[in-house]
Amino acid sequence: MSGPSTYVPKNAAARWLEQRLPILGFAHDSFVAYPTPKNLNYWWTFGAILSFMLVAQIVTGVVLAMHYTANTNLAFNSVEHIMRDVNWGWMIRYLHANGASMFFLAVYIHIARGLYYGSYKAPREVLWILGVVIFLLMMATAFMGYVLPWGQMSFWGATVITNLFSAIPLVGDAITTWLWGGYSVDNPTLNRFFSLHYLLPFMIAAVVGLHVWALHVVGQNNPAGVDIKDVAKDSVPFTPHATMKDALGISVFLMLFAWFAFFVPNYLGHSDNYIEANPLVTPPHIVPEWYFLPFYAILRAIPSKLGGVIFMFGSIAVLFVLPWLDTSRVRSATYRPLYKIFFWLFILCVICLGWLGSQPPEGGAVLAARILTAYYFIHFLVIMPLLGLFETTKPVPASIADAVLAKQAGQAGAAH
Amino acid sequence: MMKRSLSLGLIVAGLAGALTVSAMAEDAAKAAAPAAHEAAAPAEEGGGHSQPQPPRNDWSFAGVFGHYDQAQLQRGFRVFREVCSNCHSANLLAFRNLSEPGGPEFSEAQVKALAAEYKVKELSDKTGDIEERPARPSDHWPAPFANEIKAREANGGALPPDMSVLAKARSFHKPFPFFIFDALPGLSYQEHGVDYITAIMNGYRDEKPHGAKADDTLAAGQSWNEYMPGYKIGMPKPLSDGAVDYTDGTPKTVDQYAKDVSAFLMWTAEPKLEQRKKTGMRALIFLLVLSGLLYATKKRIWSNVPH
Repeated sequence: MSGPSTYVPKNAAARWLEQRLPILGFAHDSFVAYPTPKNLNYWWTFGAILSFMLVAQIVTGVVLAMHYTANTNLAFNSVEHIMRDVNWGWMIRYLHANGASMFFLAVYIHIARGLYYGSYKAPREVLWILGVVIFLLMMATAFMGYVLPWGQMSFWGATVITNLFSAIPLVGDAITTWLWGGYSVDNPTLNRFFSLHYLLPFMIAAVVGLHVWALHVVGQNNPAGVDIKDVAKDSVPFTPHATMKDALGISVFLMLFAWFAFFVPNYLGHSDNYIEANPLVTPPHIVPEWYFLPFYAILRAIPSKLGGVIFMFGSIAVLFVLPWLDTSRVRSATYRPLYKIFFWLFILCVICLGWLGSQPPEGGAVLAARILTAYYFIHFLVIMPLLGLFETTKPVPASIADAVLAKQAGQAGAAH
Repeated sequence: MMKRSLSLGLIVAGLAGALTVSAMAEDAAKAAAPAAHEAAAPAEEGGGHSQPQPPRNDWSFAGVFGHYDQAQLQRGFRVFREVCSNCHSANLLAFRNLSEPGGPEFSEAQVKALAAEYKVKELSDKTGDIEERPARPSDHWPAPFANEIKAREANGGALPPDMSVLAKARSFHKPFPFFIFDALPGLSYQEHGVDYITAIMNGYRDEKPHGAKADDTLAAGQSWNEYMPGYKIGMPKPLSDGAVDYTDGTPKTVDQYAKDVSAFLMWTAEPKLEQRKKTGMRALIFLLVLSGLLYATKKRIWSNVPH
């Protein structure tokens, strides 16, 4: 955390550098000496997993960009050229495509962990808001990346999503034309998407830097939801304790990643994207990638186009104000028996919305999507503020050390 | 702490177990799958919506240790060459691919001779005219029609799709929860496209299929097909028993041709499949060992810390 560095340079060169640019001391304080709550569980390894995935996506993406051609006549075949003729190209491309899914899986777990343990509450509001910004940037990046192979879903997904902007009153059509660089999704659109798809990950990296900075100012939340009071009793040094635990988390997560990339690489994709984009043939069902499905369901649940767009963006915008919607003084759901139930109901709601997003919008699916969309917003706008006022919480431990003692006593008791 | 280390141990052990038994489980899954498919496909009467799902075939390239059956790819190539390629292009397929590892693996001499039987057009650097020359192994498979307009003109208005990645560009929907099982180790099913193509080849019917709408009729050139979405297909029945000569004693039946050419199309769509699965197995074993070592190290580091 903030304060004078405890770093002592071990040799003359390090001392020389430290006097001119204290970068070694900064790294030491941030990733070695940094006090980590000792009660963190494995859900806390997802921050490290996400950092790893960002780097992995950038590395594979930079290599893909060496072989990819952003031109409507050449893009589809250039991706197939990567799959067929570039050495290990198939691997780089499958790692990148499935890496996006793994990135979103990890970020959803990371967000859910934050929701469960109240990691967005004071003094972590800015940390949380930066996280939502990263999430939005990720969505934009993933959307534009999916357009690049120029398959049918690429083209029609891009058409559907960019068309949303035409719902904006008065200037909507002008904005859409400006986004497209023409009067439909075409070569200028593909070119700018490629350019932005390359740019945004570095913006994500920058906001991740701010996110980690904010984290290191306020300290990590933890399952008990109480801050570190006594560094000696409540925390352990980041290295080797958290470093090794994060490494284990990454390694196990990579097994899942490897399973998808090497054994079921097309499972999460859509077969229509192996058909080259054709503006004259509309696919029977246009569906986005799985990680956008809950939001797609919200978009389609609202009968008006503008309303759908507002609700879809609103479903993420509401996260920005969550720190002020939650009125409970207790952070962790461990001590909030009612919130714990509503948390899982909310998770169920989002999963069901995701499934509805993959279904054709007909009959019962539309009604279900409307009910669940309503519940999504009720959760944040009604349940969260009221719960804090009416919920009877369990006693919160005085410190992390106390929480650990109580947990061990509980486990010992359970063992008898 | 005990509880947590136990649960993590279980996760790692579970992953390891899932991997080691997946080969066995796959066999069991294959045996069980047809029943699941039949159960999953509701027999809706005359609704015109619920079509039977393509039956699941036993492919050599399925599963974690999957590899192509070289003889099957060679037979499939024969069907592709003599039947499919009369109307369908395969623009991404180069002659040289036919001799590359993990494919039909014809000899380089065979491929050279094969290529020489085809003509390709090229801008001559001597005359500046477009001239025909015999194809070389580096050339791509010549398309049967010069362009889409010609292709449609010759096929009653229908466009025969390019076959390069067709086996990955076709699929069918499996209802919840069956589509989830397709992703799981041991049950994984990635052969929707090949099974679909095989089913289409076998799906031609003289009578209107059961599920088609009562007032549906065929337009000129169309045929009934059990597995084509909407039951109507623009392609005339391409295969008949004995149409392609097999010299290795394999039965010359439509079903056999269908399977062989589907396998060949899987290879054209995914020529690096064998390398992918081999690399994946190595990656998983490496990660499993790494996770075990990291777990032991982590446990030791945390052994003095109550947490």
